Amino acid sequence: MANNHTVSFKLNGKPVDVSVEPRELLIHTLRERLAHTGPHIGCETSHCGACTVDLDGMSVKSCTVLTVQCDGSEMVTIEGLEQAGVLHALQQAFHEEHGLQCGYCTPGMITRAWRLLQENPDPSEQEIRYGIAGNLCRCTGYQNIVKAVQSAAKKLAAAKAASAAPAAAAAAEEATPAQQPVTA
Amino acid sequence: MTPAAFEYHAPRSVADAIRLLGELGPDAKLLAGGHSLLPMMKLRFATPTHLIDLGKVPGLRGIRQVGDAIHIGAMTTENDLLTSALLAEKLPLLVEGAGWIADPQVRYKGTIGGDISHGDPGNDHPALMLALDASFVLAGAQGERVVKADGYFLGMYSTLLEPDEILSEIRIPIPPAGTGWSYQKLKRKTGDFATAATAVQLQMDGAKVASVRIALTNAASTALRANDAEQSLIGQPIDNASLAEAARLAMAICDPAPDQRGDAQYKVAMCGEMTRRALQAAWARTQH
Repeated sequence: MANNHTVSFKLNGKPVDVSVEPRELLIHTLRERLAHTGPHIGCETSHCGACTVDLDGMSVKSCTVLTVQCDGSEMVTIEGLEQAGVLHALQQAFHEEHGLQCGYCTPGMITRAWRLLQENPDPSEQEIRYGIAGNLCRCTGYQNIVKAVQSAAKKLAAAKAASAAPAAAAAAEEATPAQQPVTA
Repeated sequence: MTPAAFEYHAPRSVADAIRLLGELGPDAKLLAGGHSLLPMMKLRFATPTHLIDLGKVPGLRGIRQVGDAIHIGAMTTENDLLTSALLAEKLPLLVEGAGWIADPQVRYKGTIGGDISHGDPGNDHPALMLALDASFVLAGAQGERVVKADGYFLGMYSTLLEPDEILSEIRIPIPPAGTGWSYQKLKRKTGDFATAATAVQLQMDGAKVASVRIALTNAASTALRANDAEQSLIGQPIDNASLAEAARLAMAICDPAPDQRGDAQYKVAMCGEMTRRALQAAWARTQH
């Protein structure tokens, strides 16, 4: 029954074609065919979130998605977050706040936090904990992961304010709520 | 971790999906969010030979008001429910319930229709649907039929849905202004199925209960509507005595399966406690 399907999607901005059996899980396609081995496998019951990738604007557990379902999709993995050698604010913050130890949950954790901060750029501690409840960590006890996400949120807000400032100086008074001070 | 082999189909209409169900027979399964089916396939509890993916079928997703009801497409995700301003205003019980289901990643994929169709007593939507007095639209080769949630759940993993039908839409009457609601769920951790949970919608007439719906999660082989508990409250004030009696009557219909979440006695007791808390919380939210 090995009738393979050709599946095309964008992975970190680059078009990809793969030929897969219907039963192939997305995590295996990413790791074994496309050599994107940042997303990991930590369970077989869809709990741990180590395999989290961003699929069409959603955080998904790629162990619970079939690759054939992804035709025409846009995907982002941990490998796609750094830009031109510069770490994403979340990657930098996980480093600075000691938000990882063994590093096995980290790709899924950061990829999830990346989507969380786009949906909620200024989350409370409770919102962060609830927002990463699909990602298990055995090492950190979560405390420093929360700090890292908070730190990244502040940096991203500051960067956004800075980039908006010159262009929107005139419109600024009426435009936006006060930004967080840069204390990260 | 590795599912058995199967053939994959991605129909582009409900009619095509129904036709495929008919042609391929009982070894074909509908694939919705995939967050119950794929886990079962990865453990080889389920070994369908064909998967019919509803993900590319237009028109099965969305939340809209139609008259005095809310219609929700079966492929609407838990995350859609959680972030819907319309639901937050009209059906807050459903939003509160969705917030207790699984985790963010699962909620981006898992659908309300799949949660209902799975027929797992551990799932939260069956009891929420009973409390909300929902109806389900079942589409088959002969057309559509509409059935009540109350009576839909037949047994563990078993519902009124026929093998050649698709649950296409959920219809829920908008409760009157002033209605209170609560979903109280006891669980071991975030993302777990309930040890026990109770859904309540409650309307007061002054100090007396005018109307109430109570439904229980994971208290038996199906979600249960606690009819006797409801009846005991009609015309009564919400006080310690009426709450204790409603909890007692809710516990009387429980028949939970002992497992790692606890033995039957514990689960029954917790069902009573969740019922008491849900009624109390719903009462606090009524206009009375």
